[in-house]
Amino acid sequence: MSSSCAAPASAPAASSPWKYFSSALWDYNVALVQMLALCPALAVTTTATNGLGMGLATTLVLVLTNALISALRHTIAPEVRNPVMIGLIAGVVTLIDMAMNAWTHELYKVLGLFIALIVTNCAVLGRAESFSLKHPVIPSMLDGAGMGLGFTWVLVLIGGIREILGSGTLFAQASSLLGPHFHWLEITVLPGFQGILLAILPPGAFIVLGFLLAGKRVLDRRRAERRVHTHGELIVLQ
Amino acid sequence: MNDTRLTPPPAAEAQPSLLERWRARVEYQGLSLAAVCALVASFLLLGDRLTHAQIAARQQEDRLAVLRQVLPAELYDNNPLRDAYRVEDRELGEVEVYPARQGDLLTAVAFQVSNIGYGGPIVHLVALDARGRVLGVRVLAHKETPGLADKIEAARSDWIKGFDGLSLANTPLEKWKVKKDGGQFDQFAGATITPRAVVKSVLQALQFQVRQAERLGMQPEEVQP
Repeated sequence: MSSSCAAPASAPAASSPWKYFSSALWDYNVALVQMLALCPALAVTTTATNGLGMGLATTLVLVLTNALISALRHTIAPEVRNPVMIGLIAGVVTLIDMAMNAWTHELYKVLGLFIALIVTNCAVLGRAESFSLKHPVIPSMLDGAGMGLGFTWVLVLIGGIREILGSGTLFAQASSLLGPHFHWLEITVLPGFQGILLAILPPGAFIVLGFLLAGKRVLDRRRAERRVHTHGELIVLQ
Repeated sequence: MNDTRLTPPPAAEAQPSLLERWRARVEYQGLSLAAVCALVASFLLLGDRLTHAQIAARQQEDRLAVLRQVLPAELYDNNPLRDAYRVEDRELGEVEVYPARQGDLLTAVAFQVSNIGYGGPIVHLVALDARGRVLGVRVLAHKETPGLADKIEAARSDWIKGFDGLSLANTPLEKWKVKKDGGQFDQFAGATITPRAVVKSVLQALQFQVRQAERLGMQPEEVQP
């Protein structure tokens, strides 16, 4: 597992703890910038609902493991930090898995397939390594929440695009994840559309992700150019 | 992972604290790793103890709910889960059978069959009426690819209802395959292994019921050659 986890980009020194949260949503996005967690991001995003469920579950795990590892950061010896962190992450994920199975069984039936996958999510170990080990508990939780929600919106976007192209619907079965009040979310965008199989298959995920990466770069460049024009600053794109 | 070392807290540079001097020793590292593993393991044990009964109850409810989907309510007045018994079979091993009775008359049986799909075992609940026709098939548990092969769930597709009414008598043996293999059942685009496993399970269920007809107390229709 560790060999596939590249060294993650670290958030900049922030003036306020909220900066950790907000920069994780866009500038240091787990999937689009750090290119971590691509295995779950590509595997489960066949529908927007799946992406949303996976994203929210990952966010919960990230907040909890970041807090736990940050609280223990002085007692963890650097030489054994990886097995210690993996043990803690696997324990937290398994406990969440059992608790959801017992007390939120309906939700578990929808998300159950994905919960165990979170252990192998590089972003969780990556944030523990590059952030929680060096920061206090509250900033670590904010970082976990920001990284998790940044991951969530990318998953929902990839899932939504693949779902529209692949089956012509959007947020199918959202009510089984969010409750019966969310039936209005389930839209048939293209009635009678058979769907492009490629979009549902793994290559579709790579293609959609490629377009999102390109799109983000274009937006960032435009934003930087605008800033140069208005403030006259020199901003170097990463 | 990368090799970045932890930067020690600024206060420690002047005078390393007791914890920091300890932390560099291999005994501390080994023991702390063992302690964390023991702690996680004990929390998992605790979590399992707290949730075990609840999870078992939820799964029982699920099974009852699925049982209601495959066994029409007018067919039985007993509680099939409570009347369950086990049958030893040479091919399927030990099978738990849920009998549906109307008074003393056996109207149908339901039991679990499982086969390996693409991502692991697929567990089915199959209900057959007294004459050996499929009343319904439902998938209880599977680990197939979400969005591609999960159409075997009744909640996602009507595919699984295509077995209703079929029997060994009205469907010849060579038709119990997916279309790709020359049979009569649709495979899914991008997923053949999964429906193949489901078809095999239903066929095995029907053959089990013929083999064990005496033990189950049923009279299946004559099988066509």
